[in-house]
Amino acid sequence: MINYIIRRLLGFIPVLFGITLFTFVLVRAIPGGPFESEKGLPPQVEANRMAQYHLDWPMSKQFISYLFGDDIVAIVTGDEAARDGTSRGLIRGDFGLSTKYRNQTVTDIIKVALPTSAQLGIMSLLLALFIGVPMGTLAALKQNSWIDYTSTFAAVIFMSIPNIVLAPVLIWILALKLNWLPVAGWGAKPPFFLGIFPPPSSLNKEYFQHAVMPVFALGTGSAAVIARLTRASLLQVIREDYIRTARAKGLTERVVIVIHALKNSLIPVITILGPLFAALVTGTFIVEQFFGINGLGKHFVQSVGNRDYTLLMGVTLLYSLFLVGSNLLVDIAYGWLDPRIRFD
Amino acid sequence: MAVTELTLEQSDAAILERKERSLFQESLSRLMKNKVAVVSAVFILLLTFVAFLAAFVPIFLDPLEQDLLATNSIPEWMLFLLPDNAENYVKFSNVYPLGSDHLGRDMLSRTMHGARISLSVAIVASAISLLIGTVYGAISGYIGGWVDNIMMRIVDFLYGFPFLIVVILLQAFLKARARQESEGIWLTLININNSMGGLFFLFIAISLINWIGMARIARGSVLSYKKKEFVEAAHALGASEMRILFKHLLPNIIGPLIVAETLAIPGYIFTEAFLSFIGLGVDPPTPSWGIMISEAVQGIRSYPNQVLIPALLLSLTTLAFNFMGDGLRDAFDPRMKE
Repeated sequence: MINYIIRRLLGFIPVLFGITLFTFVLVRAIPGGPFESEKGLPPQVEANRMAQYHLDWPMSKQFISYLFGDDIVAIVTGDEAARDGTSRGLIRGDFGLSTKYRNQTVTDIIKVALPTSAQLGIMSLLLALFIGVPMGTLAALKQNSWIDYTSTFAAVIFMSIPNIVLAPVLIWILALKLNWLPVAGWGAKPPFFLGIFPPPSSLNKEYFQHAVMPVFALGTGSAAVIARLTRASLLQVIREDYIRTARAKGLTERVVIVIHALKNSLIPVITILGPLFAALVTGTFIVEQFFGINGLGKHFVQSVGNRDYTLLMGVTLLYSLFLVGSNLLVDIAYGWLDPRIRFD
Repeated sequence: MAVTELTLEQSDAAILERKERSLFQESLSRLMKNKVAVVSAVFILLLTFVAFLAAFVPIFLDPLEQDLLATNSIPEWMLFLLPDNAENYVKFSNVYPLGSDHLGRDMLSRTMHGARISLSVAIVASAISLLIGTVYGAISGYIGGWVDNIMMRIVDFLYGFPFLIVVILLQAFLKARARQESEGIWLTLININNSMGGLFFLFIAISLINWIGMARIARGSVLSYKKKEFVEAAHALGASEMRILFKHLLPNIIGPLIVAETLAIPGYIFTEAFLSFIGLGVDPPTPSWGIMISEAVQGIRSYPNQVLIPALLLSLTTLAFNFMGDGLRDAFDPRMKE
């Protein structure tokens, strides 16, 4: 097990390196630089700025600086002037300075934006699980009844409504027509409790009122997917021999379903939880945009338009880390759900 | 009680009649029994028809023409969509059946033109990714060995990429490239793109990402078929490798691939709407549902109708593709039925 985890962690290195290199090259290939939008900048000033971020260097040198830091550049290329640079390198946890938000490090920007997105994402994921799994289970147990048909139909409908539609419809009904909920905003502001959670003092009615619509807009689509997967895989599992054995030895129906069937049928659900978790926690631009939430989502989109090379690299790598990390957790969870799965 | 017995000829005829239905006809009749799928297919056909109407029948207004005296106007029946105090600020106009947007353009014809964008993304992007994915996956699975190993490692590697970021970067690159002075092949591509209102690069960006899943499915199916007797027989008869792959294997694996591609279409339509929403989709003023939603979002408190109309059609279209994909899967590939 430990060996397996170590091997997987080592396997992350080439993947993350590939993503870093690919993004690094592609983002610099996009015409237009980070300072081009500032009209009327004297050429000397722009050159100074470019030099500050090492953008005047050849790309390979920039990449080494980004990855390993300026002191390594000085050692590798013999360019002692490089030691004056600020980059300490990705391997030492330094994402660099943002080119758009001057004097802010990418790490600082992420520290402010990630917790809000994470709170929203975790709540949406919980909502998706708490609606999706019971709904799928119920549909499978009552196969071909009206419960099954209704929930399967509802699942397809909610799968088909994109965020970009669900968010304005929710705003229209719940905020504009009924005036039940605030149109926009998020109830918690930094500093966050333990760096992620809303501070206990802001955990009041208002916080949850703000959260209802974005959480629903983000979570219902995933809930529908989870419900479909749960139904399909539970239908397969309850026909297996070991379920008949469990019934034959006189276990109650509840024990058969919850302990024996459900545990095995959750494997496909767990599989999609990995990417889902990464996507939800790192923010989704559309929902955050509609509800005026200052999360990480906007940085994914705006940093491309701003040509904010370092910020874009930072959020992309963060997302990739979440993705590979949660996929590893998923694989570990397989072994617990189905002891026949061995890690070797 | 009279028992009607079939004569030998009659029962033979009955058996023959059943036998005459090919596998395809069986599947088709299964599909026709699925009412939801049929309704969805009819809806998609209707939408296609509407998209053609918008383009070629001049009774509808020009989707780009601005009527600056009638911006944000609505017909009277639409008042119920707006907030309670709407009567104080809203302009009524019965020229536009679905109202006009913030630049005074006809919402009806913009919505109809938007159907063209969504449908062409659905068709072209899925066709390209089906083509690339099938050929790549089939070759990888059929040749096997180290070639397969390398080709699949590439796919695994691409799979690890954050899809949305790659598509955003690709579109940002292509769109910025289109604004630059160019010559040669780039100039040709950019001209094609401009004449299509930015759709061409959108097709490229979306399908460059989405063939990966298809390649995996195609490889898996080829692997399961290539040791079958009919392939052996074709080998024995001296058929060339290419002929076996494309003439004998491909017809067997293409069904599930088309079904999988149909189920992927809603994703393409979402991607187009999302990219247009963030300003990286088609070029304004080309009307697309994503652009219409994103332009109307600022005014959602006063004019929710301008968001709700394209939003409703976007959902209905993806819903129809989802139901049709489910129906196709159940009818043509009963093994995949839940």
